[in-house]
Amino acid sequence: MNLQVQLVEEENSVQHFKIIGEIDVYTAPKLKEHLAAVEKAVGMQAELDLSEVAYMDSTGLGVFVGFYKAVHATGGHVKITGLNARLQRLFNITGLGSIMDIVTEEGEDKDATV
Amino acid sequence: MPQEVGKKYKELLRQYIDRQNEKDLYFGQQFIRKFIEKNIPPEDVISIHKTALMESVPDMPDSLNHSFDFLIEMMIHYGLALREHQSLIRKQEELQMEMNVALKVQDTLLKTEVPSVEGLDIGLVTESAKQMSGDYVYFLCDGNDKIGVAVADVMGKGIPAALCMTMVKFGLDSLQNDNTSPQNALAAVNRIVEKSVDDSMFISMFYGKYNMQDFSFSYSSAGHEPALLYKSSENIFKELGAKGLLLGVLPDFKYEERTVQLEKGDFLVIMTDGVTEARTETDFIDEAYIQDLLEKAKGECAQTIAEKIYEELASIQNYRLHDDFTIVVLKRD
Repeated sequence: MNLQVQLVEEENSVQHFKIIGEIDVYTAPKLKEHLAAVEKAVGMQAELDLSEVAYMDSTGLGVFVGFYKAVHATGGHVKITGLNARLQRLFNITGLGSIMDIVTEEGEDKDATV
Repeated sequence: MPQEVGKKYKELLRQYIDRQNEKDLYFGQQFIRKFIEKNIPPEDVISIHKTALMESVPDMPDSLNHSFDFLIEMMIHYGLALREHQSLIRKQEELQMEMNVALKVQDTLLKTEVPSVEGLDIGLVTESAKQMSGDYVYFLCDGNDKIGVAVADVMGKGIPAALCMTMVKFGLDSLQNDNTSPQNALAAVNRIVEKSVDDSMFISMFYGKYNMQDFSFSYSSAGHEPALLYKSSENIFKELGAKGLLLGVLPDFKYEERTVQLEKGDFLVIMTDGVTEARTETDFIDEAYIQDLLEKAKGECAQTIAEKIYEELASIQNYRLHDDFTIVVLKRD
């Protein structure tokens, strides 16, 4: 299974990442490595686009928790966008949705806007 | 000993050169097994062969003789690789032994005894996907009229998850004399876990407390799957979710606490995501499917309900669980 992490753009100290693929016990270490390598500047603003992540298990959630803690410790902010219904539920149930900034996609046209 | 071995080998070799008999080959196989048992390296075997050949074939050409020296040199490295492999096997055996000890410790430390209480029928099935489980169920009998139940799931499986679980157990044990309301229990365990675990590790936990005097069930959730409440009078399932963050993420978190009433014939089902996120080869199980199974089993006792759900979900996964599986059923008598 494949997983890609791309730094899409960096503007006004907002780092925007796009994650593509399934995040599970096999691919999570790769994601963790990518996110750990991101320099955690004081007050950094990170935005993670998950619109092309169809599946994630609790291992994947662990990676986001770790990233959130690291960024939070610098006084920074993590924003997550593009969650599908299943991932949205996962973030809601775990309570992570209330501490991270989750932006819900409007409508179901996300496949058309790659 | 080496001389004797050499002599015997020479004999076998000469017989084979003379007759090329299957039987002699078989003797050769028996002989080499003893070499392996005695850890004789491959280069020594070639060396024995060379000596035997030189003694049996007097006019052996020099070139053949040199070729054996060449082969012996090659086999020395082969022998080293073999020894490395053998030492790895020994290490693996040692690890397996330690693993068995750890499993026993887990069994002893994290054994869940289902209490027997008047007025509440309790069923429990917990199965691990790997040798050690990351799911844990804890019952806390608080006097005679209240019973607490905690269902926890550590992210990850295997040994790290099980070690983390012992911490949860001791956290819950320490509550005995404190205030054991669900929101306090979760807040206390959260403080312990947050201090002790790695940044990307976390635990989800559902904690409920049933009062046998007034049949109320109060509960809080730390990022756990909502429990299900079957309301007999309306023949419907209600999701029991409460706002609460996973344990181990933030040090001070206030957990929401809610209360429901259990009428006669009502039952509660607390699960881990090994139940709700069960996957077949092609698809996920949805909640409606689980509710459907529960609905069919509602007339049974709590243990039978739990077992039926397990049986059904395990069979559609061909009895190969992807995740630890735990289901607790609490039914008002």
